[in-house]
Amino acid sequence: MSHANPPERADALVEVRGLSTVLNGKTIFDRLDLDIPRGRIVAIMGPSGTGKTTLLRHITGQLRPDAGEIRVDGHDVPTLPRDALFALREKIGYLFQNSALLTDYSVFENVAFPLRQHLRLPEEIVRNVVLTKLQAVGLRGAAGLMPHELSGGMARRVALARAIVRDPMLILYDEPFVGLDPIALNQILKLIRTLNDTLGITSILVAHEFDAVARAADEVYLIAGGKVAAHGTPAELARGESAWTKQFFGGEADGPVPFQYPARDYAADLGFPERTR
Amino acid sequence: MSARPTSRLGDALAQVGACGLFLLQVLGAVPKSLRHFRETIRQIWFVGAMSLVIIMTCGLFVGAVLGLQLYDVLSRFGASAMSGTVVALALYRELGPVVTALLFAGRAGTSITAEIGLMRATDQLAAMEMMAVDPLAYVAAPRFIAGVVALPLLACVFNAMAILGAHAVCVSWLGLDGGTFWSNMTASVDVWTDVVNGVWKSVAFGAVCTLIATFNGYTTAPTSEGVAYATTRTVVFSSIATLALDFVMTAFLT
Repeated sequence: MSHANPPERADALVEVRGLSTVLNGKTIFDRLDLDIPRGRIVAIMGPSGTGKTTLLRHITGQLRPDAGEIRVDGHDVPTLPRDALFALREKIGYLFQNSALLTDYSVFENVAFPLRQHLRLPEEIVRNVVLTKLQAVGLRGAAGLMPHELSGGMARRVALARAIVRDPMLILYDEPFVGLDPIALNQILKLIRTLNDTLGITSILVAHEFDAVARAADEVYLIAGGKVAAHGTPAELARGESAWTKQFFGGEADGPVPFQYPARDYAADLGFPERTR
Repeated sequence: MSARPTSRLGDALAQVGACGLFLLQVLGAVPKSLRHFRETIRQIWFVGAMSLVIIMTCGLFVGAVLGLQLYDVLSRFGASAMSGTVVALALYRELGPVVTALLFAGRAGTSITAEIGLMRATDQLAAMEMMAVDPLAYVAAPRFIAGVVALPLLACVFNAMAILGAHAVCVSWLGLDGGTFWSNMTASVDVWTDVVNGVWKSVAFGAVCTLIATFNGYTTAPTSEGVAYATTRTVVFSSIATLALDFVMTAFLT
């Protein structure tokens, strides 16, 4: 189940090979390999600060890696010129961790923004598409509100509607479940599955909620220490026997992943003489 | 650890270089920004029309003070009839473009920096990039164009208000003959060397002030303190750049 080098798969929409990244002197990825197969929902899990968002930024070309190849739909993202990168991004939906709604535009205009910028559609069609997407996230009635009038969970759902408004081939969800109440969570999970089942959209899901991930995702990558620590279906990972999976899914403080951020000796930090072990 | 003077100088030069590169990027994005023409119009309204009240009020007072001072000084030499002329020359050549640019940096430059800085801090610029919308073309270029278009117009309005202010003081209050005031002014002011050169100056000031405001917003640290510093830098650097450029342009234009 757990393997550092997944075998080549012809149907991979996203292929990451030998990805290495150092940010501010800290090694984030150390020759990471992973595949996101077409038409599947793949969850990326891992301890905080392990580089899950950084991985999404690499895949979308927002951040260049120090080494390695990232191929999306056959294009090597780090070497793409700006125009080609933008052409690729038109086929990718991205849900930001902090929603990143345009604060000067209403909910409706936020969702309509990608349509208006890239397509010359009659206003009636724009209206229908936007309202359909807002209905899917349960916020059609909020179309006239401004982003500052929304709660965190509502803003996330609007951002989700915006990410899917052009029916992209790939959607990257960065923490989509944070701040959602159980009803909204359930609906968003269903929506992610429906998009995948009906339109064949490939999804990459970065999340911490294993129960929710287990209901939506086909595969899970557990990333820790800059590498793939485990990979398999959610059920396989839940049963996993490796130290990584046991600690991560058991939520234990002791194990290969330190709970504490690297620090000097606790007693010395509090001003006591350093213990000798 | 305090920065050594040499490294500070290096940082400052690097900033100037980065700002120059940013200018090239913005200019490169101008053709694409024409697709967002409505956004450009909105920005002209925002930095131009919304600055009218402060520009008109300040223009009126600057003109009134100029009229008062010059009338007083010139009457000592029996030349008070020249008040209108000197007021107009001072305004068209120097005060109009420069004071308008300084007011513009405080009124419009700060809001451009704070707005773009906050967009940076809240990932709105990154979100645009991810929606394949170039923030240089959608955010930076329209504001740059707006500044270049709006500042000369504002400077003209400032000049007109200042002349009215001077007229009110010299003619209506101090009793200078109105015909003398206007005829001396029109006889001594040349459209090309005085008025148009002043407009050229304000075009340049508009470009420099909005470039500095946009650059500071674009490169702000994504924190509250970062936005605060960036806004302050916009006013400081815009003022210095305006006055320095004014000297250089005056040296070349006269």
